[in-house]
Amino acid sequence: MTEPLAAPQPALRAHRPEISAAKARRWGAFYYAEQVLRVMKGYSWSIVMYSVGQPVAYLFAMGVGLATLVDSGNAAFGGVSYLAFIAPALLVSAAVMTAANEFTFPVMDGFKWRRIYYGPHASPLTPQQIAAGQIMAVTLRLLLQSAIYFAAVALFGASPSGWGWAGILVATLTGLAFGLPLMAYSASITEDKGQFALVMRFIVMPLFLFSGTFFPLENLPPAVRWVGWISPIWHGTELGRVLSFGYHEAPLLTILHIAVLGGLAALGWLLTRRRFALRMGQ
Amino acid sequence: MHNEAILPSGTMTAHRPPGVVISAANLTKTYGDVAAVDGITFSVPAGESFGLLGPNGAGKSTTMKMIGGVTRRTSGNLSIMGLDPDTHGPEVRAHLGVVPQQDNLDEELRVRDNLLVYGRYFGLPMSYLKPKADELLEFAQLTDKAKSKVDALSGGMKRRLTIARSLINEPRILLLDEPTTGLDPQARHILWDRLFRLKEQGVTLILTTHYMDEAEQLCDRLIVVDKGRIMAEGSPAQLIREHSTREVVELRFGSERNAAIASRLEGIGDRLEVLPDRVLMYAHDGESALEQVSARGLRPLTSLVRRSSLEDVFLRLTGRSLVD
Repeated sequence: MTEPLAAPQPALRAHRPEISAAKARRWGAFYYAEQVLRVMKGYSWSIVMYSVGQPVAYLFAMGVGLATLVDSGNAAFGGVSYLAFIAPALLVSAAVMTAANEFTFPVMDGFKWRRIYYGPHASPLTPQQIAAGQIMAVTLRLLLQSAIYFAAVALFGASPSGWGWAGILVATLTGLAFGLPLMAYSASITEDKGQFALVMRFIVMPLFLFSGTFFPLENLPPAVRWVGWISPIWHGTELGRVLSFGYHEAPLLTILHIAVLGGLAALGWLLTRRRFALRMGQ
Repeated sequence: MHNEAILPSGTMTAHRPPGVVISAANLTKTYGDVAAVDGITFSVPAGESFGLLGPNGAGKSTTMKMIGGVTRRTSGNLSIMGLDPDTHGPEVRAHLGVVPQQDNLDEELRVRDNLLVYGRYFGLPMSYLKPKADELLEFAQLTDKAKSKVDALSGGMKRRLTIARSLINEPRILLLDEPTTGLDPQARHILWDRLFRLKEQGVTLILTTHYMDEAEQLCDRLIVVDKGRIMAEGSPAQLIREHSTREVVELRFGSERNAAIASRLEGIGDRLEVLPDRVLMYAHDGESALEQVSARGLRPLTSLVRRSSLEDVFLRLTGRSLVD
């Protein structure tokens, strides 16, 4: 009889390529989201500081400073304090600004500057999964940031209704409604000619100012009111106000807000997928 | 496991000749009217080190991208491990390790994290990835850089990290696109040594290069590619035997005079090639050819007898040098 051999050291083996491929087909988008989150972790400190500092600064300036000059009893504010009136708008706008950053420069970095997408592109992941993974990671960031923002709003006593927390979801959805079409555009840019700076100055800022953020849209001259109607920020803000303090509007309009935001996000996602697949399949 | 269920049926039973891991037939890729790859045919058996040699713009990288399952072909057939990359992209890519021409490491992540993140794309568990990453860092001689940020690495180190990354899934086929372009001689030699070890372990290497010394060092067999077409195929020694002489005499008479003096060299050696800066004289015995030059009373400024290289093969086949 032979002596039983000493137990062999378990060899370090990767699973078979077939298993890699099957797993990637199923979970690929999550694998890429994991990567984006790991990179974000590298600057998590500045993300948290931004997420906390921004609402505190805005709420303090607007709610404590500006509010003393604004007649809070004004019926145009839906019967709540000025701070409660603008809080949903600030929450939504902050999400849109973060989305505007996350869906522009990193996309350019992926395709052109540091060509980060082309690493995973050579792995079993597909271009569509790379896009989806990035979207998922940014969605998570928007949720986290909006939750912190909402906590600050609640601390300032600016969320009268019990449904105010749903503003976290509204803000995230609005971020995607604005950010995903922008992501599709970013993915189509081959030469950086400062387009993103133009987007910030001539799209994000005007939308921020003229979307019923600081005063009701009706206060604008009719000639420029359309800016609000096409603005995801306006739809998100109005929806947030309904949830936060029962802002009075036609129920159909509330449904329209959800439809516009959902529709823009879905359209943006589809266009982004197509762009990514086209650009990486050449 | 449900893994098998999601694979398209027939994937694992595809037919291929035994031992062949890559086969291409009439492979073509056109961009608009331009054919980057113009009907090339080759096959690579397992364990071989196969090279694509050619100047910039010859279609090497495009061919690599098609093999790598990231660029769709325009026409022709292509199979990697019996799989069509157009229909089984993820399955094909799961078999491969890829070292692209341009490094695309995650510069914001640390060196070791680059390996872990990449391994996750293959669905590999952390229990495998952590020790594997350490093993690969050792292999790439980057262990003491494990916690550094990528942008702190030198060019050669980045290249080695890219190679380590490409090995995280233990591929049996490694695609290397211009692996040593832009590296200094010492860094190149370290890289060649690492690649040679992989070859010894039986990994199939597919590499493109425009350096003939690299092709001679690493390739068992190669195709010479120019303008998207295959000009010749064989082992480096075979190609030199078929398309060049054993030795070459390089003569320099001064830029103005090379062409004029060439006519007086007729009859010595098998063949003359007049380049702007020098005259190449192809002969079986370089020394005796050089003696004949002196016997004709010609005094070159410098002369050099050397072995024929793939550079000469390329010059013969295309009338142009590899590196402009």
